[in-house]
Amino acid sequence: MGDRMRERFVETVGDLLTIDERTVVVLAVISHSLFDDAGLTARFPERIIDVGIREQLQIGVAGGLALEGFLPIVTGYAPFLVERAFEQLKIGLTHQGVRAIAASVGASWDASGSGRTHQAPEDVALMATLPGWDIHVPGNADELERALRHAYRSDRSSYIRMTADANAHRYSEDVGRITTLRRGSAGSPTIVAVGPVADATLDAVSNLDVTVLYTMTPSPLDGRGLRARVVGDEVLVIEPYLASTSAGRVAEAMVDRAIRIRSHGVRQPEVQRYGSPEDHRRFHGLDAAGIRRFIEGEHVTRAG
Amino acid sequence: MVHAQSIVDTPGAGHDYSHLRTFMSRMTGDEKHSEAATSTLDVIWTLYDRVMRFDPSRPDHPGRDRFVLSKGHGPMAYYAVLAVKGFIPPNALDEFGTFESMLGHHPDRRLVPGVEVSTGSLGHGLPTAVGMALGLRIHRSPSRVFCLLGDGELDEGSVHEAIAMAGRSALGNLTAIVIDNDSALHGWPNGIGSRFSVEGWETVDVDGRDHEAIEAGLRWPHPDVPLAVIATVGRRDG
Repeated sequence: MGDRMRERFVETVGDLLTIDERTVVVLAVISHSLFDDAGLTARFPERIIDVGIREQLQIGVAGGLALEGFLPIVTGYAPFLVERAFEQLKIGLTHQGVRAIAASVGASWDASGSGRTHQAPEDVALMATLPGWDIHVPGNADELERALRHAYRSDRSSYIRMTADANAHRYSEDVGRITTLRRGSAGSPTIVAVGPVADATLDAVSNLDVTVLYTMTPSPLDGRGLRARVVGDEVLVIEPYLASTSAGRVAEAMVDRAIRIRSHGVRQPEVQRYGSPEDHRRFHGLDAAGIRRFIEGEHVTRAG
Repeated sequence: MVHAQSIVDTPGAGHDYSHLRTFMSRMTGDEKHSEAATSTLDVIWTLYDRVMRFDPSRPDHPGRDRFVLSKGHGPMAYYAVLAVKGFIPPNALDEFGTFESMLGHHPDRRLVPGVEVSTGSLGHGLPTAVGMALGLRIHRSPSRVFCLLGDGELDEGSVHEAIAMAGRSALGNLTAIVIDNDSALHGWPNGIGSRFSVEGWETVDVDGRDHEAIEAGLRWPHPDVPLAVIATVGRRDG
């Protein structure tokens, strides 16, 4: 079992290809070598289709296969899979009323050395505009596998955001549901950590009186679970993508409560720097120190 | 088994080519696309009357041939043919473009029986048709996919992605029909067919108003490679 999301993704897709002849994979070169190394392209030469470096075609072909009764799984770098081919996701899949699984790699800063062209902190916000799509942002390889199997069983389309970042543990107990990682006192602020920023968030709040919740499914957000767990009048969302992407859904869930909602995520997509993922995590304030600064800026008090 | 020319014994039948213009005249409000509609009329009619296999009483029959109006524009001819062939009731044509109508200025597969793919935004139909053809091949299905594009639509880069992939994939179950009414702003030096043949397609040029020629083109042998039928209808012909 691979510890990295991309390895686990290929392993799990291989299992789905084996158990269900309706499953097909449509690639645009990215990850082809992983499917080769796993022996899957040799085992499923008809159902693993690589269209070349043609992302618009990748989604269009997936739509055609879905119209013929297949469940297409597509993967690629988030900027190309989501941003370049966004109209194909909208028209070729969503508008046709067919479903697919789109699993991206790269996320917000995995390709730090590649610069802006390979970074897509806006992907979740874009995908959230499409009706009929679940969005999963798994925090590690175990959660990725659960999200993928959940997506396979679902009757909706799913966008799964893979990243090289990973929490040390699987925090999600039930795909789509909010989990409590830490309980604060009555009336304490609630922090919602999404996917791979959970460990950094827990480090950041080590001596603060806060409740920490976790979800890997920002859309549809588990509103009932959130309402049941928010005990104060303040919700801080820590999200590893464009800041405020999930604020609207939190607000909808808490519509009848006087709640102050603040978001902390990527606020400056045009970094125009290279370096390492750690550099970018620090730049965006999404390492433990940056998250701590944000929370302290929100006047959260220390425990005890 | 489904058959071509099922007009003979299908609901809503009893009309023929002579009724198409009358049917089209019942659809008003999208005159900006009237040229697009009439430019496709003879090709769509010939497809449904002589070539394609379908059963209007079972629009989702697995053995049917698939038709994709890639450009989506001017679907009045398409709707008229669907009415003549019994997919939709002729009185539906009178509601064309209204809020309550199934018939919009671009076709919607979830509203119109017989429409395979919802189109209208240029450049989506052929990529989807390639996916359908690949899917049918995996299923070992004898069904075929016919995809109609405009020569202006060929400007879209996504169309060229699909042309290249279909040629490399040896999709013998795919036919693209390009209605050439000289709409592409910058034209196609060396002819439209060359854009396909360079990627390994079989190509044939026909008079887009001549039903015998259109039928011959659509039946042109193309074993193991896709076929492009270039149907010329004259400059901005409507």
